[in-house]
Amino acid sequence: MMLHETSPLLLDFCLRQQDFVLKVRIESDARTIALFGPSGAGKTTTLEAIAGLRCPDIGSIRVGAKVLFDHQQKVNLPAHERRVGYVPQDLALFPHLDALHNVLYGVTNHDGVDARIVDILEIGSLLQRNIKDLSGGERQRVALARALMTKPAILLLDEPFAALDLALRDRILPYLERVRNELGVPMVYVSHRVDEVQRIADWVVLLSAGEVVRSGVPSEILGEEL
Amino acid sequence: MTEFFEVTIFTVFMAVLATGVMLPPGVAIAWLLSRRNFVGRTILETLVTLPLVVPPVATGLILLKLFGQRGPVGQLLAVVGVDVIFTWKAVVLAMAVMSLPLIVRSARAGFDQVDPRCEGIAATLGARPIRVFWTVSLPLARRSLLAGAVLGFSRAIGEFGATVMIAGTLPGTRTISVSIFRNAELGQDAAAASFIIVAVVIGFIAVHLSNKLEVPS
Repeated sequence: MMLHETSPLLLDFCLRQQDFVLKVRIESDARTIALFGPSGAGKTTTLEAIAGLRCPDIGSIRVGAKVLFDHQQKVNLPAHERRVGYVPQDLALFPHLDALHNVLYGVTNHDGVDARIVDILEIGSLLQRNIKDLSGGERQRVALARALMTKPAILLLDEPFAALDLALRDRILPYLERVRNELGVPMVYVSHRVDEVQRIADWVVLLSAGEVVRSGVPSEILGEEL
Repeated sequence: MTEFFEVTIFTVFMAVLATGVMLPPGVAIAWLLSRRNFVGRTILETLVTLPLVVPPVATGLILLKLFGQRGPVGQLLAVVGVDVIFTWKAVVLAMAVMSLPLIVRSARAGFDQVDPRCEGIAATLGARPIRVFWTVSLPLARRSLLAGAVLGFSRAIGEFGATVMIAGTLPGTRTISVSIFRNAELGQDAAAASFIIVAVVIGFIAVHLSNKLEVPS
């Protein structure tokens, strides 16, 4: 059983940040959208705007039927009301909490950890350990579990494998595929690695210098890039 | 000897009280200065730092004018039957005002070191701002907050100028610093020296502890 129906994502906003202007228009009902492009293209800023950590100047952001931001309707849901799971590039695990309490941070009911997520990510043996004692790949899975435990309407992943070497990345990537296939959580995935995007994404949005250059299925977009 | 112990215990107790009284507003001010941009931010920062640079006697005189029987705050407190000047409450007040800058500066440095990304992620996990503060910001800044509290305590122990102005040198409001001054004035060098030793020992322990707390674990 899927936890989520696919949430159509609508991003249509403009965000100014000193001399950088991000103009994004993305409308997609793909299950996994990859934001692809060079550094400084605005990929992370786009994720932060969806998560509610940055406020666009104008436009709207919608996940499914839920309006997260709408300049005209004066809607700007605070981050804690958006139900958006966000795993930043540096993971931002809470260093003063062990793995279990990191994972449980966003769980509001008394059910404790979701065994299915623990099982998919194989983190059962990590939960009692200190964050400082975990390896890069283990930290990655704990951060992913922490975001998934809140049953997010959409999961945002900012270059989840950037800090990992290729061998480790190849070991972690299947976990992400299991999350996508078994939990069915819609994902927006930032990467600048063609092979990763080809493997994970259903839809690719090519960003450059703060603007959407092209979007389409991976074979079409990445074929042109290669 | 009885006076020596009485004064020492009184001073330590008053300093603990003053630090405890100033810690919540000090932490709140530090968080505001670290995390919020608002009109008058630099004015607030300057005001909080002022007791560090203004002569303590001048601070004491300002407090005397504010909390005295004819002062605006003193008159308000008189309505509810609270008299501050020349009582133990004046000692706490002087110590609290003088220790505030150290508490705020140390706590602010602590909040500045907390990764705002951790606070942002906590919010995306459904935590309201107050929960983010209690469960992420405060625990991550705790060492600096404790260091600030210890520094504030040691400043309170050494407080003299403002205390003399609003609490006098009467028995019952006499602190270690006031006793050093009084004994030296009366030519009782041995008694003054014993208070100096206590002040140096407490100060050394407090500053050493504060320095240890500020070094990341």
